[in-house]
Amino acid sequence: MNSIALPRSSGVRARRPIALGGLVLLLALAALWSLSQGAMNLSAAEVLGSIGRWSSGHPLTGDDRVVLMLRLPRVLMAMLVGASLACGGAAMQGLFRNPLADPGLIGVSAGSALGAVVMIVLGGVLFGGASGLAGSLGVAMAAFVGGLVATALVYLMGRRRPGVATLLLAGVAVSAIAMAGIGLLTFMANENQLRDLTFWSLGSLGGSDWQRLGIVTLPMLLPLLWLPRTARALNALLLGEHEARLLGFRPERVQPLLIALVALMVSAAVSMTGVIGFIGLLVPHLLRLVWGPDHRMLLPASALGGAALLVAADTLARTLVAPAELPIGVLTALIGGPFFLWLLLRSRIGEVRT
Amino acid sequence: MNVAIDWIESAQPSGELAAHGLHLERGGRCVLQDVSLCAKPGRLLVLAGPNGAGKSSLLGALAGLLPPSLGKVTLDGRRLSGWSPVDLARRRAMLSQKVQLGFAFRVDEVVLLGRSPHATGHASAEDRRIVDAALHAAHAWELRERRYPELSGGEQQRVQLARVLAQVWERGPAPAWLLLDEPEAGLDIAHQHFVLRHAQRLSRQGYGVIAVLHDLNLAVRYADDVALLVRGRLLRHGSPAHALDPQVLSRVYELPMQRVDIGDGWMLAPV
Repeated sequence: MNSIALPRSSGVRARRPIALGGLVLLLALAALWSLSQGAMNLSAAEVLGSIGRWSSGHPLTGDDRVVLMLRLPRVLMAMLVGASLACGGAAMQGLFRNPLADPGLIGVSAGSALGAVVMIVLGGVLFGGASGLAGSLGVAMAAFVGGLVATALVYLMGRRRPGVATLLLAGVAVSAIAMAGIGLLTFMANENQLRDLTFWSLGSLGGSDWQRLGIVTLPMLLPLLWLPRTARALNALLLGEHEARLLGFRPERVQPLLIALVALMVSAAVSMTGVIGFIGLLVPHLLRLVWGPDHRMLLPASALGGAALLVAADTLARTLVAPAELPIGVLTALIGGPFFLWLLLRSRIGEVRT
Repeated sequence: MNVAIDWIESAQPSGELAAHGLHLERGGRCVLQDVSLCAKPGRLLVLAGPNGAGKSSLLGALAGLLPPSLGKVTLDGRRLSGWSPVDLARRRAMLSQKVQLGFAFRVDEVVLLGRSPHATGHASAEDRRIVDAALHAAHAWELRERRYPELSGGEQQRVQLARVLAQVWERGPAPAWLLLDEPEAGLDIAHQHFVLRHAQRLSRQGYGVIAVLHDLNLAVRYADDVALLVRGRLLRHGSPAHALDPQVLSRVYELPMQRVDIGDGWMLAPV
């Protein structure tokens, strides 16, 4: 009796475990590859051996230390940051009902960048001799706060009128103001500061260690685990706020929750690595082409896909021109930009047409 | 005392959807003034009137979308603002005029969204069955595997109708409400009559149906009751023959109208 209904009902429900399982496998392979690559090339077996000795408490070799103290925190950071950017991008695209939206639209990227630049240029003046504060952790903290403050401003102004259009315009305005601030500070900066802020704005996972990873795990992991719970509401919101309300959801609660979660995860990501473009736009877009716009699938798949992509991109960034490192932001834009254009020109993106 | 009264009310829901002295402001403009109207399940009520008369606003207020500035809307005698959104969504569904959906959902996924108020996580087999039945009912079955943005306007309208039907598909202990805002818009004449016949059939099955219609002859043909709105006020409420009196309509629309008797009924036509 079910034989007629079965093939069609094998929709998201049946595809989900297979697709997500495939992405987990992809992520694991990317991580293994990344752990084995570098100044010292190791085999996958050696990498697995290192992790095995570490987890079972055996004494570590010198190679193990390279894998565990240098590469593993960096790979985990790349996973968290990639997952946050991509999942945050997917959530923003759903919230704004626009497949071209990204977290930058609510001011978080520009706010974080301004926070970082303020600390790089004025940190020495503001905190005098406390050079620790003006150091990389201080910059990260300032970027984190900057992203949250900018998003809060955008939200407070944007919610004065119903609908997401005002929010979007407020985001554009706040971003523009932040960019003006960055421009002014760049103008004021001395040569060392200029070098620092240029490299910061290009993005890098270079400074990742266990301490930094420990600090930002929670603000990235919490939204990553929470966002999929908003998937059904996001699906309904794609029909518009009125329709979502008619279907029993409360947009006035879901929207601020989404904005807060995305601001938290993206601020944390940007604070650790600088601005890394295109992950938040590209990954959800690509996955939507494959599996459709259902957020129950899209949000976890974006997180896994973004993690795998950034792990792979960072591995290239640190091995392509070794011993130097390419800025990761340059690499993602360099690969992502043309790829995105190719997607557009294939004109199979029905979403963009309408 | 209160508890006992609440219990009696919930044990015997009247099923009525009613506006009591409703005033509504939108954008600083008063769009509804002192509208009182009681709609009963089992009947098809049509809201008619010229452009800007407040038909859609009244429908939105009855759906609980637009909070009144004065007065109240009640379902089963309980204020809408006192209903939880999910409970309300299981009791009434509304077909809006224009639903923008740019994301490439498949048609059956769009209809499945109508099951949101009933879903706990993933779609159950029961939800799937209802989606299929709603697709059939809205003449949209053959569209089920197409991408929504690729459909024509009329096809999209039928898919939205299927979604709305899926939302209140089950027959609960209390009658459910279907609110249709210009369900005939963008449809060819065959589908216009099909949609209204279906709405009428649902009302016969016990649903309460309220439809905003621009085509007065569809109202004449299918409505049990007609509410005629003019500039935010309820002018007439009653049988089609009473509410759609040609003399009144001529004044309201500022277009001389006459009643033309045809085979098994009558029509309205400009003089």
